[in-house]
Amino acid sequence: MSLWVDKYRPRSLDELHYHPELSSRLRSLAASGDFPHILFYGPSGAGKKTRIMCTLRELYGPGVEKLRIDQRVFVTPSNRKLDVNVVQSNYHIELTPSDVGMYDRVVIQDILKEIAQTQQVDLNAKQRFKVVIINEADALTRDAQAALRRTMEKYMNNMRLILCANSTSKIIAPIRSRCLLVRVAAPSDDEMTKVLQHVAKKERFSLPSPVTKSILSTSQGNLRKALLVFEAMKMQKPDLSGDIEVAKPDWETYCSKIADSIIQEQSAQRLLDVRGKIYELLSHCIPPTVVLKTISERIVDKVDDALKPQIVHWAAYYELRMRMGSKKIFHLEAFIAKVMTVYKQFNMIGYTEDYE
Amino acid sequence: MTTFAPRPTGQMAVDPKHQPWVEKYRPKTIDDVSSQEHTVAVLRKALASTNLPHMLFYGPPGTGKTSTILALARQLYGPDLFRARVLELNASDERGISVVREKIKTFARETPRHVGKSSDGKTYPSPPYKLIILDEADSMTQDAQSALRRIMETYSRITRFCLVCNYVTRIIEPLASRCSKFRFRPLAQTSTQARIEMIANNEGVQAEDGVLPLILELAGGDLRKAITYLQTAQRLHGATEPPTPITALSIHEISGVVPDDLITHLLSVMGVDKDQGIDLTLGQGGFEGVRTAVKRVGREGWSAGQVLEQIHDALIPLPTIPALPKSLAAMAIAECDKGLCEGGDEELQLLECCLRIKDAMGKQ
Repeated sequence: MSLWVDKYRPRSLDELHYHPELSSRLRSLAASGDFPHILFYGPSGAGKKTRIMCTLRELYGPGVEKLRIDQRVFVTPSNRKLDVNVVQSNYHIELTPSDVGMYDRVVIQDILKEIAQTQQVDLNAKQRFKVVIINEADALTRDAQAALRRTMEKYMNNMRLILCANSTSKIIAPIRSRCLLVRVAAPSDDEMTKVLQHVAKKERFSLPSPVTKSILSTSQGNLRKALLVFEAMKMQKPDLSGDIEVAKPDWETYCSKIADSIIQEQSAQRLLDVRGKIYELLSHCIPPTVVLKTISERIVDKVDDALKPQIVHWAAYYELRMRMGSKKIFHLEAFIAKVMTVYKQFNMIGYTEDYE
Repeated sequence: MTTFAPRPTGQMAVDPKHQPWVEKYRPKTIDDVSSQEHTVAVLRKALASTNLPHMLFYGPPGTGKTSTILALARQLYGPDLFRARVLELNASDERGISVVREKIKTFARETPRHVGKSSDGKTYPSPPYKLIILDEADSMTQDAQSALRRIMETYSRITRFCLVCNYVTRIIEPLASRCSKFRFRPLAQTSTQARIEMIANNEGVQAEDGVLPLILELAGGDLRKAITYLQTAQRLHGATEPPTPITALSIHEISGVVPDDLITHLLSVMGVDKDQGIDLTLGQGGFEGVRTAVKRVGREGWSAGQVLEQIHDALIPLPTIPALPKSLAAMAIAECDKGLCEGGDEELQLLECCLRIKDAMGKQ
């Protein structure tokens, strides 16, 4: 038994539930025989990967679904060995170079040159080129992206690239100008409802509208999350009746508890308590950025309007520092200390100094 | 040995229909290069006297730097000698210090062979030196660049270097001072329009009125971008049955430009009217209004960098905004851009920036 997310994942472009004009464009591109490099971008859970696989199927037929997983070893110039997992079929290869951190350039150079220099041997293949899918393209280092530039033009004959990213901001301009940009927006609430009802129909039960509403409000346009939550609810209460609470993840409740305790009291002792709690979260592998964002969002909901922009400002400020520094906890702590100061100052004298 | 099929030979195997237009319409001679009159004039002199200095080409992407040097090399050496005399290295090749020491140095020290007549019957100047093109030189490491210094001088009798880069500041000073510098300006719309129209005619592109100028406007002086937009749009519209003319809407979608109504909405929650300037009554939504607008941007998948750029383009030229709010807004935009470049969280950065602009608009 597989999860609903995988079970009802559309396999071909015709089965996709939303963005019909995008599907028809992809179909005509696949049929034209002149397939460009493509950069898919959009928020997570919007259906980028699903669309990529559907397009591949349109290009090569069902053969692309026979996947195998290989472990490849690359050697850096400094003789370090890197293991990278690649998923491939006869027609395409999929990799996540950002797994190897700063050595991603080596992986890109090696694998692309290898693919680019081998010609398609399968005579029955529909296309002469192979497709290379690069996941998390926005996490590639600048070096790796620079290495892609010329390769993309030079080996256009044997290879096409499909890049998958959350945003184009971190993709360097030369790559953007060489790709067809395809934006996959998150589905609207109506579209999500349609998908949920489709799944419910296939599973043979009816979907009461309050349940839909609560799923939509928690998932915020993330269809994957919506389906997972949906399945969990169904497991919990098979008849879906009454008012079911959407089970929030533990860490989220924990974060809001932290936010509450910051607002309750601002003291050195409290900072120490909070620090312990944050350590707890980090040791359970919750990404520090997510922790910071959740806490700040919760605090913003609770404080006076005049103070909100300040909280957001410091959240953005310390989030950035966290990315650039190496020890995350310092910056999380600094953020909390700053918020406490700002909050206390505001309560005592009624206003705060400007951002500096 | 008849069982072996003849091997397809390099370039010939490319189906010209599927070739990127950017490659297909690369200028063949330096006279074809669009709108870099000054540079071309200097190079033409150099070509006539067959004496070339070391060169450093710099300028924004898509202004014809690589095209110019390739065309120049082709005119100097002709097709036969091109392979033997020109070494082209770019960022996709390994270019650490070891490559500079081995590959470049070996190539640089070889004495060029004497040449007979060219196979296509034309005569080429074929000067007695080789050419090394280092494309995307700004992504070379400092060490690799310093290793080049002495090589450039020692072999200057038989080898010329041409460095091509976007940012001249990333080339170390000793290297830059050894080269004569050529700056490539962003292309003017008038001169690129002719080129784009020529390509559109050659390829039989049908476009609605005003689409070609729109492409040029969105490309912002980057000819490669403009040609790519044109080709992608043609792919989309040519693949349907029957082929439809290219519309302005699909050009907008291809270029990833955020639609105007979204930007107008963002500006209005910040208390700015797109035409009238500051109108604080629009910003009544307060903090929540801004937050919802920013969330919408994220949910629809627009990139924060692009949104920021367009906010800037819409806000800063407005004449009715007084100097103080405008400067504060410009500062907020600049800092947000820096944050995004350094990898900050998109939603947080954009939200912070919008809040600061909103705040600035209230200060008069």
